Amino acid sequence: MNVLVYLIPVSLILGGLGLAGFFWALRDRQFDDPDGDSNRILSDDYDDKPKR
Amino acid sequence: MAGSSTISACPACIAAPEAGAVAARKVDDASILLSLPSIHCAACISGVERALTAEPGVLAARVNLTLKRATVATDPAVTPERLTDVLARAGYEAHELDPASIGVTATDERSRALLMRLAVAGFAMMNVMLLSVAVWSGASEATRDLFHWISGAIALPTIAFSAQPFFANAASALRVWRLNMDVPISLAIVLAAAMSVYETMQSGDHAYFDAALSLTFFLLAGRYLDHRTRTIARSAAEELTALEVPRALRASGETVAVAELVADELVRVLPGARVPVDGVVLEGASEIDRSLLTGESLPVAAGPDTVVSAGEVNLTGVLVVRVTAAGKDSSLHRMADLVAMAETSRNRYRSLADKAAQIYAPVVHLLAFVAFGGWLWASGDVRLSINIAVAVLIITCPCALGLAVPAVTTAASGRLFRAGMLIKSATALERLAEVDTVVFDKTGTLTRGQPELIGISGYDKADLAVALAVSEGSAHPLAQSLSVAIRREGIAPAALTELREVPGQGVEGRWRDRRVRMGRADWLQAEPASSTATYLRIGDRPVLTFCFVDALRDGAEEVVARLKERGKDVVLLSGDVPDAVADIAGRVGIEAWEARLLPADKAARIAVLAKSGRRVLMVGDGLNDTAALASAHVSISPASALEAARVVSDIVLLGGSLAPIAEAISVSRSATRRIIENFAIAALYNIIAIPVALAGFATPLAAALAMSGSSITVSLNALRLTRR
Repeated sequence: MNVLVYLIPVSLILGGLGLAGFFWALRDRQFDDPDGDSNRILSDDYDDKPKR
Repeated sequence: MAGSSTISACPACIAAPEAGAVAARKVDDASILLSLPSIHCAACISGVERALTAEPGVLAARVNLTLKRATVATDPAVTPERLTDVLARAGYEAHELDPASIGVTATDERSRALLMRLAVAGFAMMNVMLLSVAVWSGASEATRDLFHWISGAIALPTIAFSAQPFFANAASALRVWRLNMDVPISLAIVLAAAMSVYETMQSGDHAYFDAALSLTFFLLAGRYLDHRTRTIARSAAEELTALEVPRALRASGETVAVAELVADELVRVLPGARVPVDGVVLEGASEIDRSLLTGESLPVAAGPDTVVSAGEVNLTGVLVVRVTAAGKDSSLHRMADLVAMAETSRNRYRSLADKAAQIYAPVVHLLAFVAFGGWLWASGDVRLSINIAVAVLIITCPCALGLAVPAVTTAASGRLFRAGMLIKSATALERLAEVDTVVFDKTGTLTRGQPELIGISGYDKADLAVALAVSEGSAHPLAQSLSVAIRREGIAPAALTELREVPGQGVEGRWRDRRVRMGRADWLQAEPASSTATYLRIGDRPVLTFCFVDALRDGAEEVVARLKERGKDVVLLSGDVPDAVADIAGRVGIEAWEARLLPADKAARIAVLAKSGRRVLMVGDGLNDTAALASAHVSISPASALEAARVVSDIVLLGGSLAPIAEAISVSRSATRRIIENFAIAALYNIIAIPVALAGFATPLAAALAMSGSSITVSLNALRLTRR
């Protein structure tokens, strides 16, 4: 059962990373235009820096 | 810039003024918001962005496909009209939006905050559930305690963060000594968490951390759905408002916002434009279309000293108007008192969810209290009694009830949105389902407000050719409708010379040395017809009369027929003259109609109907309908309605057709049925679970199963609405 000492923190940290990723995406306004983003991937326009 | 002409030892001194200039330009940069209703694909996005950025003065352009909008950062010199022209040439329909009318940020922040709380609750719930599985499958003693402590360490901060909306609502209800749905919710969450901490400290068998968290999660999901549905409706309604950028043309030729105008200023109103203010005509002659304000379908002559109100449309000549009241003081505002009085009656409506909460909340508290008292009396064990009381609270907690209404309204509003209806009010669907009487307005609601020529076959072809040539010299709606009707017959215009428009009277020209005049009856000394008409005199020949009827809106007859089929009473209330109203009533098949009604009369008729126990649906578009719309049980207005009318309506029709109204009523009926079914499902779960909990057999496993089971059943039942 000693393995729990490592496994539980590891699982929490991994889950926490996912949560932090979601927060980042939310703050970064990545959910503001879901339809547009799914279509933009098909566009051929060359842009080295995404427009704001 | 002294520094730039001399060589300086201080490079920053040279750079600084330029940096200042850059900063100054940044502040001046204007942001223009455009609505792009027709875009739908990846090619549209890049097409619009390329067209906009190619335009000089445009700094950046970004399309949002979800909202079908573009945000354009520009130099102050770039006007919105230029950008919409550029897009029209590129093949995209574009309209300017008034950024001030769109309160994107506030609602956006709130839904983002809710989503964040939901995500945290979901994350914590999953982790604690996994730990609980170990406990349920037999972990004991030290391991179980360790798992409980870890669960607690995850659950307590999560509850403190995620359950805040419930705590806040419960606190505000308790402050005024009332019970709402959030009181038992908050109590169950807090008691479950506190009890679990105590049990963990005593190294007890059961902890309810997972139950407290899944409760928070499911209820937050309901809140989020509810919030999102309303945000979508509100943002679409705001967009309709933002499409009408309130602008006026000063007599000096300068375009200004209506808000900047003050009394006694002079404004110029061009033909075809809406009168921006209340005022008195100073010079010019024209005709005025008052249909949105009074329901009259016939245009009225306007000349010096005619009083005009905001919202009327100027038809033929240029008018110079002296402002008597602008913006918030205009006639639109006078209607507000009437509306405010009417609305109080509707605020008394109690939604199904409120009714359920009113019965539910006291029963739950009573049951928990009885469980505690009963077990204390029977066993004398305080800890056991509290445990059972908490189990009762958790099991009966209105998880499914919290989802029952929002899941259904989200599904129903989504379906109606696709059919072209915008549900603005949260309880509109429930109220719509109860409707037994439907009241229509005439001009602009049952009719399109556009005249249509009748009996074209009765005229001579040569006369029609002359009429076509004359009518094409005018922007008057009757003339335009006439020319469309004649062109459809395949007739070419006659050759006319010296064509000119006489403001407020008509059009004049010369054909084979004979004077040709088309316009108002009194200008041609003709006998006026009883309906909307225009008159043509060629030389000395007798006057030809062209009669028009108001074209019916698409789906008007169909909707009336379907409503009658379902046994609803259909009534037509109009401010127009009796002849015109009788004609339209006959064409759509309405027997009960009244004409020449003032705005207050319409509201009074609806009040009488309401007093006799009728649930009235009012469909109207004009300023004269606003009071009636507000006093009806539920109200619908088309997107072409005045903003004041759309604001007081519960539902806005986005398309041109009236047909979705019949569908809306049937969807609202099935939505209400689903809500009641959902309440029944939730009650059924409780009827099974409460005896188990009272008997003291409710383990955390049973609580978790009951809660998830009922929530999922309720959501699935709601989803059935999205399909026919």
